[in-house]
Amino acid sequence: MFRPMTPPDSPTLPSGESVTPFTITVDGRSIPARPGDSLAATLLMAAVVPLRYTPLSGRPRAPLCLMGVCFECLVTVNGQQNVQACMVQVRAGMQVQRQQSARTVGEPA
Amino acid sequence: MSRKEVDTLVIGGGVVGLSIAYGLVRLGERVRVIDGDDHAFRASRGNFGLLWVQGKGLTHPAYARWSMAAARMWPSFAEKLSALTSIDLERVQSGGLMYCLSEKELTERVSKLADLRTALGGDYPFEVWRPTELKRLYPHLGTAVAGATFGPLDGHVSPLRLLRSLCDGLQRLGGELVTGRHCQQIVPKDSAFQVQVGDQIHTAGRVVLAAGLGNRDLAPMVGLQAPVQPNRGQILVTERMQPFLHHPSGHLRQTGEGVVQIGDSKEDVGLDDGTTLTQLSRIAARACRVFPVLAQVNVVRTWGALRVMTPDGYPIYQQSRQHPGAFVVTCHSGVTLAPLHADVLVQWMRGAPCPPDITSFVAERFDV
Repeated sequence: MFRPMTPPDSPTLPSGESVTPFTITVDGRSIPARPGDSLAATLLMAAVVPLRYTPLSGRPRAPLCLMGVCFECLVTVNGQQNVQACMVQVRAGMQVQRQQSARTVGEPA
Repeated sequence: MSRKEVDTLVIGGGVVGLSIAYGLVRLGERVRVIDGDDHAFRASRGNFGLLWVQGKGLTHPAYARWSMAAARMWPSFAEKLSALTSIDLERVQSGGLMYCLSEKELTERVSKLADLRTALGGDYPFEVWRPTELKRLYPHLGTAVAGATFGPLDGHVSPLRLLRSLCDGLQRLGGELVTGRHCQQIVPKDSAFQVQVGDQIHTAGRVVLAAGLGNRDLAPMVGLQAPVQPNRGQILVTERMQPFLHHPSGHLRQTGEGVVQIGDSKEDVGLDDGTTLTQLSRIAARACRVFPVLAQVNVVRTWGALRVMTPDGYPIYQQSRQHPGAFVVTCHSGVTLAPLHADVLVQWMRGAPCPPDITSFVAERFDV
């Protein structure tokens, strides 16, 4: 459905600007990314779908609004649960995990 | 002008008014509730949802007894209401904790509860839980917690589900709910009451004022007083999480939906139900001292609501001497006390003797 105007690992943006691509890790798998993209866009371009399963019905979900409203793109980023992937810029070396259920309180400090 | 007659007209469609109306309609009365609109200050839509006993009535043992009686009636009250409406109230009543953040705070609290227990002749259950016991249940507990008092009667419900269930239950039993209307005037006439609501006159043999802060202006129309003042509380709610808080506390509870609700500020700011960063950050900081992991959790919403407080914090339950059949009811703890309001209180309104624990809750106590 979506296709980037230039490939996600291309060093050239559609604007002609040069960038240095990098990778992030999603559930242990390395996927290409480049600076300036949102994490949600990076995940969509790498076809990381479904992105999560809902806690109540267990139904699959993917990023929808891409503007911080629908909360469908929740992922765990560097250990922080329920991060809206569309509201953070992708960074080199990000460790992303898809969420299988409602967020937990986490380990005691 | 249209005229409509009922046995009892209840002014106020919050938890207090609806509990009374529900109780009366269960006894076969024709009941109508007049409720305001979204511009009204509606404590029932903003409150915390605790069923709370511990610490209530520290200066008035009768109020502690009244609160305990209500807590003990809650299981059967909830069962009947849910059976009628098929609404799950998300009631959990396996005890509540009050966390103390210093040894001094804990000692003072325990001493007050012990004094109250003595005043009540021993019938006032509570325990003191030290950090080692608390840690077994709550590995996330912060090192700042010196201990907690545990009240076995305490618990919580969803206040919105309770409100909805009372609305629904009342109407299923034939009671009427008129919403979006403001009561302008009450005229006692020929041992009945004519109540002007918009362009309608409602006539009833009995009128119950349960209009929260609105009671202040309504009570004098029937020879009563309700010197109530607003007291603002602010609340934060987090994103939903898997259950980890097994007991509510006075400041912190996890709802049936998994939301952690954090609250308990008290401010005298008049009729302003807004929020302030100062109070919200203070509330959040205290919660993070009790459970440091909360610092990592997203807050999704905040709000303010106005408590309905008398000068001493205790209720007013009173029938007008001048105009019998007119009652005023106001209290801070409409959720906790709902089972009593729907039962013992309505029996008193229908002619039974006044329950001994509430005979002192008349407005004249403020005339000093």
